[in-house]
Amino acid sequence: MATVTLLLELLLMVGMAYSFGFLYYGLYRNITARVHGRFGPSIAQSFWDSIKLFSKATSTSFGWMFTAGPIIMASGAVMTVLFIPFFNQGDHLQGLSPYGNLLVVLYFMVLGPLGNALGVGSSGNPFGAMGITRGLTRLFALEMPLYLATIGLMITGGTADIHTLMIQQSTTPNLLSHPLLFVAAFLSLVGFLGKSPFDVVGAPQEVYSGPAVEFGGKFLALALSQSAVFTFAKLLLMVDLFWGGAATLLELIFKTFVFFVVTVFIGNVYGRFTTVQSVEFLLKVPTVIAIVGLLRV
Amino acid sequence: MQQGLKQIEGLRQEGFVPYHTSLTEEVTAQQRTLESETEGLANTQTLIEKAIHWFQAHSMFVVAYGTGCGAIEMPPVFTSRYDIERLGVVGVATPRQADILIVSGYASLKTLRRIIRTYEQMSEPKYVIALGSCTINGGMYWDSYNTIKKLEDYLGVDMYVAGCMPRPEALIEGFVKLQAAIRDQTLEPGYVRYRDDYAWYRRNQEKVLGKNIAPQYEENYAGMELS
Repeated sequence: MATVTLLLELLLMVGMAYSFGFLYYGLYRNITARVHGRFGPSIAQSFWDSIKLFSKATSTSFGWMFTAGPIIMASGAVMTVLFIPFFNQGDHLQGLSPYGNLLVVLYFMVLGPLGNALGVGSSGNPFGAMGITRGLTRLFALEMPLYLATIGLMITGGTADIHTLMIQQSTTPNLLSHPLLFVAAFLSLVGFLGKSPFDVVGAPQEVYSGPAVEFGGKFLALALSQSAVFTFAKLLLMVDLFWGGAATLLELIFKTFVFFVVTVFIGNVYGRFTTVQSVEFLLKVPTVIAIVGLLRV
Repeated sequence: MQQGLKQIEGLRQEGFVPYHTSLTEEVTAQQRTLESETEGLANTQTLIEKAIHWFQAHSMFVVAYGTGCGAIEMPPVFTSRYDIERLGVVGVATPRQADILIVSGYASLKTLRRIIRTYEQMSEPKYVIALGSCTINGGMYWDSYNTIKKLEDYLGVDMYVAGCMPRPEALIEGFVKLQAAIRDQTLEPGYVRYRDDYAWYRRNQEKVLGKNIAPQYEENYAGMELS
């Protein structure tokens, strides 16, 4: 019985991440449109796009590795969300977090981009390869501040278990007690979400949507869906680690949405870095902030 | 009617291969298309098909490829002034992700190669919007030595937006009409015609471009040989 409940909860977690991810993406498009002085699409537009793409009749594949790429990406995103607890109390929607800690989550977070690299590389499209090179270069720079910040949290908490880390924040969230670590991790999150100024990977004007350049039909649908799930997973991780998690669904939506809106506004204000600039920035500013924060722990 | 027959006869003498077997058939077919409100398959769709067609109508990815002078009308359509993203229409950078190809204005022979290649790389269901008079009958380029006169001879066109140049409002009207046609399935999609009558389209393409064009189109055309 417990196994059945767990399986149902896992499905619910992925479903929630999918829905909220797409809903946030719809809001992102709307907010961006308002900033441009437009009305923008419906909030559910991203759902419609994804269903339409899943219903496309043809999707060109370049061999089994190309087909496996989006699947590995999607499994990376799904596994990430399953190992992050949704709530800081109760037994429900804890997912697989009792079986794996923060280190597992950090490991799964890089599985997706690597799977993507394998798949896109086999298409033979030079823009895809360029996008992947940019993505992996940026990923290397993104990981530094995030890992330093999470190491700081793990040292202060004395544990790598996300649920324990959440409970420890019941009086003061890490957001206030370790502001430097938070700033470093948040700048890294902006990059992880692929928003401007760190949107060097899928830059449509430079590398023709980069890794997704050869993705059509169901491949693109899978890539977009995993991106929605992954976006929510990353926001959830930030809320869990720095804002003490959430006790209710409403609180969860509110907290993840606040982080999301701030990244959207940053993206709307700043233009795009080049790859070198983004790596330089990430290695200089957030990494140094994270090191200073780590020394003050 | 008589004038139309004369025009077609003239084209035939130039070595042009028409789609319809007889002259009267072509003219009546054109007239029928102009006059009739086609009933379509709306009543025979199942609920799931209806839903899928609705989603297809309300999410259109346009490949960002301007072929002629009409491309200048597209930026206002996509940006703040006319904001076609309200209708679910967005631009994408590659043909693989796209549903709609806008052939904006005249297509020179050099561009036609790229248009055909782009079109064949798009995944089905895909639709073509022909923008401007030049795609209908050559427009002001009717006697040009290096532009095509009638886009329908080389690709399956789904929606024409006439004018020289059509205003952004006209293009939006074309999108709205195409959305309604996709939703209610009142059109025979151009990609079905292109697939079914490929030999005819290919012959017309080879007539103007020569044999040195993209390889034969197949339904899962990969674009290039990787061996």
